[in-house]
Amino acid sequence: MKPKNQRLVLVIAATGALIVAVLLAMWGLRSRASFFYTPADIAAGKAAEGQSARLGGMVEKGSVQHEADGVTIHFILTDGRATTPVTFRGIAPDLFREGSGAVAEGRMERGTFVADQILAKHDERYMPPELGNLAAEHKAGKTLEK
Amino acid sequence: MIAETGLAALWLAAGLAAYQFLLMILALRSSVGVARPMRAVAVIQGVLTLAAFAMLLLVFARSDMSVALVFENSNSAKPFIYKVAGAWGNHEGSMLMWVTILAIAGAFVALFSRRTGERTLVAALGSQAILALGFYAFLLIASNPFARLFPAPPDGQGLNPLLQDPGLAFHPPTLYLGYVGLSVAFSFAVGALLTGEVDARLARAMRPWVLGAWILLTLGITAGSYWAYYELGWGGYWFWDPVENASLMPWLAATALLHSINVLAARGALKAWTMMLAVIAFSMSMVGTFLVRSGILTSVHAFAIDPERGTFLLVLLAIYVGAAFILFAFRGANLKEGAPFELVSRESGLVVNNLLLSVILGIVFVGTLYPLFVEALSGEKLSVGAPYFNAVAGPLALLVALLVGIGPLLSWRRERRPVLGLLKVPALLGASALVMSIIAAPSIGILPRAGFAVAAFLLAASIMPLIARNPLRAPLATWGMVVAHFGIAIALAGMAANAAFSSERLAIAKPGEILSVGPWQVQLGGVTPTAGKNWTAIEAELRASRGEGIVTLTPETRYYSDPPTQTNESAIRTFWNGQLYTVIGNQDSSGAWQLRLWWKPFVTLIWAGGALIAIGGALALIGRLLLSLRGRRREPEWRRRYA
Repeated sequence: MKPKNQRLVLVIAATGALIVAVLLAMWGLRSRASFFYTPADIAAGKAAEGQSARLGGMVEKGSVQHEADGVTIHFILTDGRATTPVTFRGIAPDLFREGSGAVAEGRMERGTFVADQILAKHDERYMPPELGNLAAEHKAGKTLEK
Repeated sequence: MIAETGLAALWLAAGLAAYQFLLMILALRSSVGVARPMRAVAVIQGVLTLAAFAMLLLVFARSDMSVALVFENSNSAKPFIYKVAGAWGNHEGSMLMWVTILAIAGAFVALFSRRTGERTLVAALGSQAILALGFYAFLLIASNPFARLFPAPPDGQGLNPLLQDPGLAFHPPTLYLGYVGLSVAFSFAVGALLTGEVDARLARAMRPWVLGAWILLTLGITAGSYWAYYELGWGGYWFWDPVENASLMPWLAATALLHSINVLAARGALKAWTMMLAVIAFSMSMVGTFLVRSGILTSVHAFAIDPERGTFLLVLLAIYVGAAFILFAFRGANLKEGAPFELVSRESGLVVNNLLLSVILGIVFVGTLYPLFVEALSGEKLSVGAPYFNAVAGPLALLVALLVGIGPLLSWRRERRPVLGLLKVPALLGASALVMSIIAAPSIGILPRAGFAVAAFLLAASIMPLIARNPLRAPLATWGMVVAHFGIAIALAGMAANAAFSSERLAIAKPGEILSVGPWQVQLGGVTPTAGKNWTAIEAELRASRGEGIVTLTPETRYYSDPPTQTNESAIRTFWNGQLYTVIGNQDSSGAWQLRLWWKPFVTLIWAGGALIAIGGALALIGRLLLSLRGRRREPEWRRRYA
């Protein structure tokens, strides 16, 4: 191959690779991205049944119940506007407790959010960014009400 | 006083970096002679930054609570080693460490780099200086690590106990060394684009840095994966967390660069291509730093949110990457292409490697940043996790692994030897692994099954480059390549075995009760309280048996008082054919304990493979350095021709 043609082929290959990457990524993201919801979003019917999703909120005080098998828990997540019941089978994370923030990963099934994984805040200063916004929105809402 | 000395050293270093950059501009406009003080300036700048970092270590070691950073991140009750490690276990300290490594890398280039032309070296040092200057400005303006508190509080707020772990203490430095090693490749590329001296000499000057950075990134990723595996207690080794992706993206780019740089060094071809990859590799390092340090992404690791710092880092990123791309756009097209090659040749093989790695990089990049764009544009929040990355990038990674077995057997320029003959045995092994997996494990997924087949093929194919010739005569760099490629096969086998054959048991048990997982019978002996230096814990005694003998495991739940936190410490026992992984959870009202047990056949191969890949890199690096020490006189004639 002549050097000039060689460069042309390389440029075309690189551009092709870029296009392939973006197309593959877009195709993958359409069905596999999991949206973040708050209980208010769930109440508004935003989360499709069975679609993988994340749900964030505060664990309502007094809502955590243990099932007889010892590893399944039920609790309620709230964002101050609405609540969603959550079921989780597994060992709740170190920092999961009533009254503090948590994010559940899973999907909606017949009105209950079934979680595969629960993330709790990492330390005192860490808040999932979504919950940070949530708290700010909530405060802003209250100020407006006044 | 110590803190003020550190701050002063940092200001001086910033001044010198500015001077160094100025010298470069003057030198490129007139003659290189102007830049005679350049090497000395770069070295002094490195020493000053190192001094500043040493001062930070000192205030942490002495638990000087009048320094705000120490107060926020340390506590006098902490073990000494974590006091010191606490210096970089936080935002400001880790950024100082980053810039320290950057400046020292610059000093090393100034001291030892003799391969490129003088003009290119001056331009590269100038580029390194402007990189450092941006991060000095970031530290001095937006995140001063030496800020004082008045009056000094009596004791500090401690460090998150989750971060009190040897793995985490040494993980960030390893990754940072890798990130910043790529900055040298970036600076050499920028320097060479400025002077137009993109040639084999440049490639050989860049190569040790790229190799070194790549080795450290490989080690960092492997260690980080093992850390997440035992510390999080979820039994997984890779979570596609944005913070993990932040280290994977520079690694992918560096892997591509590492291969294309060999084409440039050996054949003088792929000039513009290699410069582009060098720019992309360090850009990915900065993207990684930005993602981790700005706290912009939702992540189990994410640190506190601080928009001012995030914006500052983003602006730095935009300036550096933007400037490098503009430079590339103007100069890249003028580069003369080097030696031509045929469609089937080692060069083409490496181009295909680069293309596939770039596509994977693009997929990881889009998946990691997509949530940010969607949120910025529509306000909607979403996350992208394992289902996306595994399904989209997984098959491509397998394809790369398959081609890894073939590429090294091709010869430079034009393929003349019958390569397919060498691949008979590997192909047979791969096919029989596929057939065996269908017979022995009919219900496993497609990816693990293909993983077994490719791993079996690559196990044999990767050592063919040695078998095709006298192994003892092969250069150390060839041995390095073979070991690294063999490591890929090992890691792949481990991943496939873990995905296909892991068994998990989640249940409650009272003392004396027996649970079974895989081939194991696990009895809960008892649960007893215990204590460490700054924690108390409950410790379960598990007696596990699979016929012969009993092994005891002691998973813990630890309670730290300052700050109040609870962690689950998994207990893992390694056997030749797998790991038994145990976690104790909470106690229920009846007195029974939650237990989570895994039997993970051959899971350790994943990290053994990662270590082999790094060792292969180290062999190649040593081989190259030895060769260059022996002098350049014996260089083959064709190399000089394309240089």
